[in-house]
This record gives sequence, C-alpha cells and structure tokens, in this order.
Amino acid sequence: MNSLSFCMTLPEIILGAGALVLLMISAYAGDKAASLVVGLAVALFAAAGLSLLGPAGSGGDAFGGLYRADSFAAFAKLLIYVASAISVIAARGYFIRIGALRCEYPILILLSATGMGMMASATDLLTLYVGLELQSLAAYVLASFLRRDTRSAEAGLKYFVLGALASGILLYGISLLYGFTGTTSFDGIARAFAVPAEQGIGVARLFGLVFVFVGLAFKISAVPFHMWTPDVYEGAPTPVTAFFASAPKVAAMALLVRVAVSALGSETHAWQQIVIFSALASTILGGVAAIGQSNIKRLLAYSSINNVGFALIGLAAGTAEGVASVMTYMAVYVVMTLGSFLCVLQMRDGDGHPVETIASLSGLSRTRPGLAAAFAIFMFSLAGIPPLFGFWPKFLVFDAAVGAHLTWLAAVGIATSVIGAFYYLKIVKTMYFDEPAPEFARSESAVEGGLIALTALLVSPLGYLAIPALGVASMAAAKALF
Amino acid sequence: MNQLGFPILSLMLAVPFAAAIACLFSSAQTARWLALAATLLDLLLGVLLWVNFDPNGPQWQFTEHVDLFGRFAWALGIDGIALMLIMLSVFLMPICIAASWEAISKRVPEYMAAFLLMEALMIGVFVAQDLFLFYIMFEAGLIPMYLIIGIWGGARRIYASYKFFLYTLLGSVLMLIAMLWMVREAGTTDIPTLMNYDFPAGAQTWLFLAFFASFAVKMPMWPVHTWLPDAHVEAPTAGSVILAGVLLKMGGYGFIRFSLPMFPEASAQLMWLVFGLSMVAVVYTSLVALVQEDMKKLIAYSSVAHMAFVTIGLFAFNRQGIEGGLMVMLGHGLVSGALFLCVGVIYDRLHTREIARYGGLSDNMPKYALFFLLFTMASVGLPGTSNFVGEFLSLIGAYHASSWVAFVATTGIILGAAYMLYLYRRIAYGQAPTAEVAALPDLSARELAIMVPLGLAVLWMGVYPESFLAPMRRDVGSLLARIERANPGGDAKIAFGPRHAPAAHEGAH
Repeated sequence: MNSLSFCMTLPEIILGAGALVLLMISAYAGDKAASLVVGLAVALFAAAGLSLLGPAGSGGDAFGGLYRADSFAAFAKLLIYVASAISVIAARGYFIRIGALRCEYPILILLSATGMGMMASATDLLTLYVGLELQSLAAYVLASFLRRDTRSAEAGLKYFVLGALASGILLYGISLLYGFTGTTSFDGIARAFAVPAEQGIGVARLFGLVFVFVGLAFKISAVPFHMWTPDVYEGAPTPVTAFFASAPKVAAMALLVRVAVSALGSETHAWQQIVIFSALASTILGGVAAIGQSNIKRLLAYSSINNVGFALIGLAAGTAEGVASVMTYMAVYVVMTLGSFLCVLQMRDGDGHPVETIASLSGLSRTRPGLAAAFAIFMFSLAGIPPLFGFWPKFLVFDAAVGAHLTWLAAVGIATSVIGAFYYLKIVKTMYFDEPAPEFARSESAVEGGLIALTALLVSPLGYLAIPALGVASMAAAKALF
Repeated sequence: MNQLGFPILSLMLAVPFAAAIACLFSSAQTARWLALAATLLDLLLGVLLWVNFDPNGPQWQFTEHVDLFGRFAWALGIDGIALMLIMLSVFLMPICIAASWEAISKRVPEYMAAFLLMEALMIGVFVAQDLFLFYIMFEAGLIPMYLIIGIWGGARRIYASYKFFLYTLLGSVLMLIAMLWMVREAGTTDIPTLMNYDFPAGAQTWLFLAFFASFAVKMPMWPVHTWLPDAHVEAPTAGSVILAGVLLKMGGYGFIRFSLPMFPEASAQLMWLVFGLSMVAVVYTSLVALVQEDMKKLIAYSSVAHMAFVTIGLFAFNRQGIEGGLMVMLGHGLVSGALFLCVGVIYDRLHTREIARYGGLSDNMPKYALFFLLFTMASVGLPGTSNFVGEFLSLIGAYHASSWVAFVATTGIILGAAYMLYLYRRIAYGQAPTAEVAALPDLSARELAIMVPLGLAVLWMGVYPESFLAPMRRDVGSLLARIERANPGGDAKIAFGPRHAPAAHEGAH
C-alpha cells in the first residue's frame, strides 16, 4: 500500500528530492554550476513528466485519500512541467545578460512545481493548502529574485502580502468547511453536502464555500481579486513573469476545478453564480484596463486576467465538457503566453538592457520581421481570431456554456472578447503600421529563437491538427472528476 | 472523388496559400511575378471548374471530405451560386495584382502575401461545406485585410483598419454562438444537411438575428455601414477592389446560404426589417453619395445602395428577386471594382481623390474616359450592362413581394443615375482646372490590360446573362422549394382588389 503511494507521488518525489540535491550542488559549486543546474533541472522536469506514464498518471488514491493520481492531475502536471521547463530554459540567457545567473532560480522553480503538482492532485483540503503554500512561497522569492532591483523587491513584497491575505481567507474558508462538514477530504465534503442541512448549517457551509472560492480566485487572478497581477508581472524579472503567467495559473485552475467539481459538485448552483460573475468581470476588466497600458508586461498581465475569465466560462458550465474545455484552454493559453513572453525577452536595446515599453516595438516588422510575425501570431491568437489556434479553446468554452443552457453567458462572453481584441490589435498596429523605432539587439541564442518558432507553429493553424488528440486527452482528464 | 479526379477545390486554396508563403521569402519583383502567376493559375483552375460544372448534375459538386479536426471536417463542395462567386474572386485577383504593380512600392513581398492569403480565404468561404470551417475562413479574412488597410492605406489608415476589424468582428461573434447552438440542436456541422433541417420556429428568430448581425455588417446594410466608407477611402486601390468586389458579397452569400434556407420562417417574419433597412439604405446612402467630395467615398456609398438591391431581391421570396439579387452581387462586384480601379488610375497620377481637383479628362485621356463612361453607365444600370439585369430582376421580385418596396427602391435607380452622371461630368467633361490635370497621360498598356477584361465581362453579363444564370438556376429553384412554405405572399397579387388599388397603382409607376 505505502510503496504504491510513493509510486503514485513519484513526480513530486523526483522534483522535491532533485531540488534538494541541486541545492547541495549549488551550495558547494557556487554559481559557476548555474548552467549545469539549469540542465539538470530540465532533466528532472523531463523525468517527472515521464513518470506520469506509470502509476503516477492513473494510480488512484494515495496516502489514504490525501492525494489522487488520475488523468486529470496528469494532464495538468504535464502542462505544468513543460511550462516550468521552458521558463527555466528561457531564463538562462536573460540572467546571463544582466549578470545574475544564479543556481537558486531553477531550484525555486523546481520547488514551486512540486507544490503545483500537489495542488493538481490534492483531494484533501490539507494537501491543497500545503501544495498551494509550497508553490506560493517559492513564487514570492522568485518575484524578488533581482534583490537589488527595487521594482523586483516591490513586486515580491506586494505578492507576499496580498498572497498571505488570500491564504488567510482560504484557510478561513477551509476551517468553515471543516467545521460544518466534519471532514477535510473532498469526497467527505461532497457526501456531507449531499445531505440536506438545517437552515443555519447550510448558510455557514455556503460561507465556507465562498471564502474558499475567493482564496482560489486570487491565485488565478480573476476579477475582483486580480489587483496584484499587473504590479507583480511588471516588477518581477521577465522570465519569472513568464513563469507566473503559465504554470501556476494551470495549477490554480486545476485546483479550483477539482474543488468545485469533486468537493462541491452538488453545490453547482451556488458557485456557478460566483464563477459567472468573476468570468464576465475578468473578461471585461481584463479588456478595458489593458487599453491604456504602455508597458508590455502590464498589458500581458491584463491579458492573462482576460483569458482566465474565458476559461472560467467553461467552468461555469459545470459539466464534464466544460471541465475538458477549461483544460484545453489552459493548455493553449500556456503556449500562447509563453510564446508572448519569449518575444518580450527579445526586447533589448542596443546595449542589451531589457526594454518593456510598447512604443519600443514600433516598426518591428521591418527591423525584425520574423520576431514581429511570431508576436503578431500570439496576439491574434490571444484575441481568439481564427484561423489561429487561440480560437479553438474559446470555441470550446463557449460550446460548453451553450451545452449547459447558458447561451446568454456565451453570447455576452464572446461579445466582451471584442474589447480584448482592441488592445491585441494595438500591438500588431505598433509593430506593423508605425515607423520603426531603434532596432533591438539581436539574440545569438538559437534556443530562444527555436522556442519562439516552436510555440508560434503550435498556435498557427497547424495546431488544428492536434484537436482530436487534445480532445481525447482533455475529455479523459475531465471524466476523472465525474 | 469528383468529375476531374483530383481535389480541385483544395488545390485552388493551396495555390495562393503556398505562393503567399513563397512571396514572403522573395524580392519585390519576384513576389510580383509570383503573385500574378499564382492568381492566373487559380483563374485557370476556376475556368476548369466552371467548364466541368454540370448544371443538371447533383446540387453539390467537386465535394471533398476529410475528418481532420475531430469536431469539424475539411469539407468542401460547391453549387452554382458558390461557383459564380468563386469565379468573381479568381477573376478579380489577377487584376488586383496588376493594379498594384507600380502603385505599391514599399514592402511588396508582404503585400503580395497578404493578397494571396486573402484570395485563399475568400475562396475558402465560398467552398466550405462545414459550418465551423466556414466561420474560420469568414473570420480569418479580417487579418490580411486589416494589414492591407493598415500598412498600405492612406492618411487615416489606422482608424479605418481598427474600425473595419472591430466592427466586423463584433458582428460575427454572435453568429458563432448561434452556430454552436444549431450544431447541438441538429447534431451535424454539415451545411447541406443543416440547410434542410427545420429549426423550431421560436429559436429561428434568435438564430436569424445572430446571423443577421454578422451578414448585415459585412454586406453592409444601413445603419451598420459606416465602416465601409472609411475602409474604402483608406485602403489601397486593389484593397478597395477586393473589399467591394468580393468581401461584401460574403454578406449576400451568407443570407442565401444560411439565413434563408435554415430559417425560412424567421426570414419571412423579419422580412419587414430587411426591407425597411434596405429602403432607407437605397434612398439615404444615394443622397449621401450625391454630396461626396471624395471619389472613393462616393463609390463606397453607392456600394451600400447597390447592396440594398441585393437584400431586397433575396428576401422577396420569389425567383426573380433571388436571381436578381445574385446578379446584382456579380455585376456590382465587377463594376464597383472597375470604378475603384478607375479612381486608382487617376489617383496614381495626381495623388488626390478630391473630385474638384479634376476636370476635362476626356480631352487628354480619351481611352480612360471611355472605360470610365462604360463603368459609370453599368453602375447606373443601363440596359446592356451587367447591373441592369440584376437590378431589373430584383425590382420585379420586390414588386411581387411588396409594391411599396419596389416603389422606394426604384427611386434608387434614379438617384444612382444622378450621382454617377454628376461624378462623371465633373471628372471627364468641362475644363481642366489646372495645367497639371490637362497634361495627365492616358492609360498605359498595363492599365489597358486591366480595363479591357473588366469591360468585356460587364458587357457579357449585360448582353447574355444566361451564362451566369444557368449554373445558379437549379440552386435557386431548390432554395425556393425550401422557403416556399414560409412565403408571406406579396401584395401585388391582390392589388387589383378595390382596397389595395392605390398602392399597386403607385408601385406600378
């Protein structure tokens, strides 16, 4: 029994133990070994990903129901590991250029990914909280990784204070749920909710549910709990921002979906209202607030708020189809977002210093046509304009909403996507219509160029060929929860 | 597979697409030749398609079906209506490339690539037999057009490109939700099947309105036409030609492919909406066209007025009306494209579109004046030119449906003659205002090569419209059979009774 439990948690063991070993290496070898640590970290992610083929991908309950290895968790983990690995690879060049290549960066990402794996697999409020905190603590440090840079330090502090507040709210919700259901396991909570409660108990449970959703909404940066996102994204070093916008979003979304569906599945009518409000508020605010931004990282922060809103529309449907659409959404979103940030990483002035203003992209199509084309592909894709692949996840979430008789939600949601299209178009306009600004410094790294080309190809119309496979995988993941 | 033994429709999509990619990696001059060769090859394939199309064969021909995408399929196929619109597209494309030969001098490879991509997507819209494939092609066309207007456009190009993109996007998104609902209800994404599926009458109204939002913007119908003058004025000449010649036809194609056969009851129920908006458009936009100072803007407003004839004809629920609407679409595609090219010719020489800056061009540019006159007359609807056939038929159709509509729409013909002849007089007759204008050189061989095929096509369509009506006749027949049950009937039939006599009397004149 116990050995099987260890087998099922193999990815977390690999990442956790690997992180500790790498910490030892870096303690003795110092920052000279940074490149080696980067390579080993990527290898650990690959190993963790491969271990999902075994019992870790489909083994069932481990440690007496605290942890579950099912296809839903496997889907989320695969995304998390790929996104984390790309964040590690993409960061190397950036930190070398600013002279801050340190061993801790890949190690912190490894630890964070360990926490994220636990979030995706959590079937108990305690595992949930431990995973979430492990992920968040590593993330706070990552945000302030450039400790001599005031913006980075500010981002870390803001993230920490607001994150702690959200954790507090979440814990409060957990305590209420525990208090009124008598258990912390998701299955137990579902059983308790299935029994009609007396008036007072019912209301109190509802409070617990609301607080848990608020805490988790903070982690996925859904409106109205999104305030930290633009500041943290702007202040954190760009590779860290790329990481924040990708892997933790997937983990938090997976966690939210699992809590909503497997623990509170009988209360769909209660959380549906919260999710619908949050979804529409995110798509609208994420669209409107982005229009005035002049910093590309802040703009992408609002873009991520906007996209999370669309993913939530799939969750609002509350069906297996809806959950599958959310998972597909996150998969495509991760590719688009990482691609966009990889492009942002290429934005450097003649001396190699990073620049972040949208104005500096002016006329990029004439100075760097390839980069501009890739960036334009990501922008149109994030806006959900066919034939780019970003259209497909939007299609699926709206389809799920229509299938759950929420046609009005789909109609309003898709109308708000036009607001978002405006600012994505603004980037394309800056790159293609405006007169060229000073050229960016060219990158000599084939890895970064290759990653941009790869992600651009994935969201190009070629991505449509992946629909059948993606559909089967996401549906299998969703079925694991129903 | 089909009568030809190879997937000709996929090939017609692949040729411009491949050429577009090749253009991006070539020099300016190579890109020009490459684009011309690819569009001519597509024209050749189009001719092959037309020759092999059997008007008495099955309704859907040259069909292809590959289940590539799981949820929807790579399903292509054409009927006579789609065939004619494809012919229009492939005929106009080489002309556009030739028209941009010298006018476009910056970023030529990207320009040619955008146009070729546009061609592939336009053909894609007309050949798609899968609902979602259609939507993807329909929406994707926004991206190259946005770039064409924004990069190679005039002074206010950025405003115009945004307006074009966001307006049409907002129109289309609701259509997607309607499509999702329909696919769930009917259980298929196959357009021919959906065309014969009876949706509940209550839902039809909503579905119709969602599709209407999209097609009315694309068409464009009053009052959602305001993006069109801006887009036309700012777009480069060839961009205007494609916009007026083919993109607007997607709206009409949408009405005939989706709105009418899929929602016949709602179409009949909301006929008054279509007629009302069209009547306003005919009169109002014609009057607006009359006072324009800018040549392109004038032609843009005239497009809105002409498109109203299309909607009036299509929703008349009778053969004359629908065939007339289709003929106006084809005729207007040629004529408005030709008029924009005429504007482009003199714009390239004097770099202004202001009507007042020109005059007396018939003295120093006789060949130009001849062609301009031909296309002006065609736009007015002179018998013997393409537009006469369509406008006459759609007015007969409208008269059967509602004599009031026919009455109001006919004033559009008069107003059309007024603004077009007024435009022609100011540009071609009188005295040249400046010595510069008096010295403008006549059409070059390249420009002549652009004008001649257009002029011949306009005359062909006017003198022997049967060539164009024959492939579509059977499809119009099956559409009529489909919508007959909802036909509200016209007032003209009962007009001889005592109570309705005055209305019929007025309409008859």
